[in-house]
Amino acid sequence: MVKLLKNLLKSPMFVIGVSIFLITLAIAFLGPVFYDVDTNARDIVAGPYAPSSAEHILGTDHLGRDYMSLLISGLRSSLYVGFVAGIIATTLGVFIGLFGGFRGGWVDEVLNMGTNLFIVIPSFVILVLISSAVKDGRSLTLIGLIIGLTTWSWSARAVRAQASSLRSRDHIALARINGASSFTIVIKHVLPYLLSYVFMVFIMQISSGILSEASISMIGLGPLDSTSLGIILNQAKDNGALSDGIWIAFLPATLIITLTVFALYLVNTSMEGVFNPRLRK
Amino acid sequence: MLSNKSIVFSAKNISKTFGAGKKITTAVNNVSFDIYDGEIISIVGGSGCGKSVLAKIMLGLYGPSKGKFHYNGKKITNLKKHWNDVQSVFQDPFSCFNQFFTIRSQLEDAFNILKKKPSKEEIKRRVDEGLLAVNVTPSDIEGKYSFELSGGQMQRMLLARIFALRPKVLIADEPTSMVDACVRANILDYLMKLKEELQMTIVFITHDIGLANYVSDRIFIMHDGMIVNSGTPEEVLDNTRETHTLKLLDDIPEVHKKEWIKNSHRSKNKEAS
Repeated sequence: MVKLLKNLLKSPMFVIGVSIFLITLAIAFLGPVFYDVDTNARDIVAGPYAPSSAEHILGTDHLGRDYMSLLISGLRSSLYVGFVAGIIATTLGVFIGLFGGFRGGWVDEVLNMGTNLFIVIPSFVILVLISSAVKDGRSLTLIGLIIGLTTWSWSARAVRAQASSLRSRDHIALARINGASSFTIVIKHVLPYLLSYVFMVFIMQISSGILSEASISMIGLGPLDSTSLGIILNQAKDNGALSDGIWIAFLPATLIITLTVFALYLVNTSMEGVFNPRLRK
Repeated sequence: MLSNKSIVFSAKNISKTFGAGKKITTAVNNVSFDIYDGEIISIVGGSGCGKSVLAKIMLGLYGPSKGKFHYNGKKITNLKKHWNDVQSVFQDPFSCFNQFFTIRSQLEDAFNILKKKPSKEEIKRRVDEGLLAVNVTPSDIEGKYSFELSGGQMQRMLLARIFALRPKVLIADEPTSMVDACVRANILDYLMKLKEELQMTIVFITHDIGLANYVSDRIFIMHDGMIVNSGTPEEVLDNTRETHTLKLLDDIPEVHKKEWIKNSHRSKNKEAS
């Protein structure tokens, strides 16, 4: 484990990725300690599009709300959705992939068919349909849940491939003749071998969750109970910031989304390089 | 001589097939045999002859598709009970242990299969005994993981597990195929030791007819899922005309053959004197 961490820390991609991600986490969760953040985004503090000042670093938006405060709480919401979606998609994917891959036979065939079906159907379409069907109670958690329930298929596929290759290994046969139950075999003898994959899958699911939330919010089907980075973009779009060239209304939010997803991508790719010896240089 | 001993495994016209329809593969084809208590039986054959599938049937990991297969006169129904008596050593020592747990903890885990699990101290003592039986000092593997040992050491660990667990029957599925020549000789010695000291019945699966000749009471030659030749090493190997046996004999390197003939002459001279 220590060796693995040492190898990871040797990779500049991993160090850069983790640093950027830690900075975004710090801004989201420690930001309110240093900056006055209005989590409900209701306080009108100045006139519309007020320029930056000592009190309001990035100025205000079209309604006169502090823009920095909106970004901090938006980032917080986006990360929250990303984590909720990531946890749900990873848990579901790992469970389905592990069960199918390890059991094999018809159980695997059926689960694999279901997984492929979910891969083929564009998850964004389902996301739009469900989000537009839920009109009133569209909360941040619900959006995370919907994203998680529509994007698990890739994790299931990745985990299934690994689990089915482990199934025929001798250490599993040895565990079986040692009298271990199927549950013990999965927990003790299969899952540890997959942990690195599960972690990688989790990171990818978080970043896809953040992107999905931004996309769904951008078209106006995002959460109704809080501000997210997608909602900031949606409001900028609806109020003509793009056509009027008011870059401050959309550029910082776009940059934060891009940086966060980029950081997670760097972490994921560098981990793949360390976990998969064939990719090591 | 054998009729006085009880039958451990009895197979009557057993077959094992995989797949269905046009994709059907017959791994074991209409095989019958009896294996007696305390014997070392070698099942010899080339790759894909069905010897490992037969080993898995004996171990209870596969059931036969056709025919009757009995252990101690009964069909294998309760696997955990079966594994109390019948244990195995596998081919690839590198993939036999979980790399996330220490070797010792996995050797100790083997005792979970026993109906009456010994106390912790007893388990520790028996694992130590098992390690000493394969000439490994217990402190040498303390806190070690599988990736810290060599292939030969790993194969010894698998045998230490058998010495510690003391099952009645050992199915050794090609334990010598992935280790170097000098470890190979040690492994044969340990198999003999298991037979002599613990009166274990051993089924030794191998593709090397030379090794089978050294250790076996009887040899079964397998080809295409069938047993094509069987009997004591002398019956099977001396002046044989069976084509598959001859082919297996051809595969032995010339140097080994010379050594082998020398040894067998020596033993015959001894008998004569």
